[in-house]
This record gives sequence, C-alpha cells and structure tokens, in this order.
Amino acid sequence: MTVESPVALVTGASRGIGRSIAEAFAASGYRVALNYAQSEASAAEVVAGICSRGGDARAFRADVSSAADVTTLFGEVLTWTGQRLDVLVNNAGLTRDGLLARLSEEAWDTVLDTNLKGAFLCSKAAARPMLRQRSGCILNISSIVGLDGQLGQASYAASKAGLVGLTAALAKELASRNIRVNAVAPGFIDSDMTQALDEPLRRAMLERIPLSRFGEPSEVADLCVFLAARAPYVTGQVIRVDGGLHL
Amino acid sequence: MAETETLSGTELFERIRAIVVEKLGVNADVVTPEASFQEDLGADSLDTVELVMAVEEAFDLQIPDEAAEGLTTVASVLAYVEAQTKA
Repeated sequence: MTVESPVALVTGASRGIGRSIAEAFAASGYRVALNYAQSEASAAEVVAGICSRGGDARAFRADVSSAADVTTLFGEVLTWTGQRLDVLVNNAGLTRDGLLARLSEEAWDTVLDTNLKGAFLCSKAAARPMLRQRSGCILNISSIVGLDGQLGQASYAASKAGLVGLTAALAKELASRNIRVNAVAPGFIDSDMTQALDEPLRRAMLERIPLSRFGEPSEVADLCVFLAARAPYVTGQVIRVDGGLHL
Repeated sequence: MAETETLSGTELFERIRAIVVEKLGVNADVVTPEASFQEDLGADSLDTVELVMAVEEAFDLQIPDEAAEGLTTVASVLAYVEAQTKA
C-alpha cells in the first residue's frame, strides 16, 4: 500500500453488502474510506480486518442524508487521502417497509433522504476531486426492487429507481471529464436486510430464482471492483446481480 | 489609498486571468473583463464549474452555489473576489 494507491470511499460500509464492497476494494489494492452512520464497533472491526491483511482503511462517521455531515465526511476523507478520490460507492441505504395505505410520510422521507438524497450529496462532493483529477468512478447500489417494484416497498423501490435516473444523468454530465457512473442492482443477497424477511417469503423468492440460491455480498462486491477497475468503457449502465430473477 | 486599490485590482485581474487561461486553454489577450466564459471563451457548463472551483482554491474562498451561477464573465468573478477578500 503506497500513497499512489487508488482510493475508494464506500458509504454504509459497516455491514452487509457495503462491508463486502469495502473489503473487496481493499483486497484489490485500494485505500478504503469506510463510512458508517451508527455502527462504530462494526466499522472498526472491518477496518481492523482489512489492516490485518495488509490493507489500508479508515472509518468515518456521517449520516449521508445530512449535507453538513457529508461536507465534514469529504473534508476528513480527502485530508486523509491527500485530496485523492478514485471511486465513490453510494451504498448507504435502509428500508421502512409498509403497504401504501399505511406508509407514513416520515418513513417515506427517511428512506428517500438516505438512499437517494444521500447519493446526490455524496456524488456532488466527490465530483470536485474527480473533476480535478479528470478521472473517477461513481457506483450507485440500486436494487432489482427499483426496476421491478415490490409489494410493501414503495419508498424503497422509488429511492432505488431514483438511483437509476441519477446514474444516467450523472453519466452524461460527467463523461467528458472521464468520470464514469454506473449502478449495480442486487437481487436477493444474504445480508441483514434479507435475513429480516419472513421464512415463507424467503422460500417463495428462492423458488423464483433460476440459480436456486441467494447471492453472496462478495458477488456484488466483485462486480463493483470490476466496474471501477476493469471497465473503462462502461458508463451509464445498470447491472443486475440477481441469479437470473428477471428472466 | 486609491492607488493601492487600483494596483491590487490589477493584480487580482492578472491572477484571475491566469486561472482562466489555464482552465480554458485560451490566449491571455482574449481574457478581457467583459468576456463571457461560455459565449466568448468557448467554455462549456462544466468548464465554468471547474473555473469557480479553481477560483475558490486560489483565493481560499467558498463560493455558494447561488453566487457561482452568477459568475459568467471575467468582470463578475473579479467583482466577487474583490468583495469577498475585502470583507
């Protein structure tokens, strides 16, 4: 690990898919800034794991739905990296599920603020160093729910569909400066979020997945590293990682 | 006093001109106070964003988005930086 190593910032990286993405970038030689909102102990554990394997990582607390927090986050991260940022992964996300008739305004706002506004705020902050570098890669972690919808997940689906639009708009806007923007849309991945689903729903989903299993977080993470490091001609894409669920 | 202000105004213009020349890749002689970045100097909209970023860094300023939108000519940048650095 040297000061010339590329830098990745992953939001919501203390658990689940975000954690796996942070670990995958670290394993590929990136210095990794992990953002977390609340799970300080988990974030510290991820950092310790990366460092014990010879990587370089640091954890930064911030609520990505807060513009003030995001400003502080990028100030701290860029100071740590010497103003360099090669990859931003907008992964931070949460769910507040409920049928439309029972979906509260507060739940809607919480989901949209974190999942969509958070990605906007972080992309805006990341664009500055990336414009200066004339290179960069932004990855938005969307969801198949944003493409296909899901009963009881109107707010989550809207936020993840919003990320698809954000991806396309920013891909066009930033392409002339060699900044690529892509989205990854995971299907059913084994994580805290899917483990919270009830057993009948899990079984029903499994029956519909052609590959007959849930995905691993690392299978999403590996695609992220590929898009960042090995796909210089790919921008504005949304790539499903869903075991064929869409077929 | 008046002379000092005139001098620093000229210095300021020269520094801003140098930034514009570097960012937009134009000759210094076309960077006049009246010149519009997009209409006269061939900048696209992202160029103007980058120009504002460069001005912020050069003068250690934070230019709010609303103010940045109004910075479309060399003179407007000059006036803005002058007002901010005097304050």
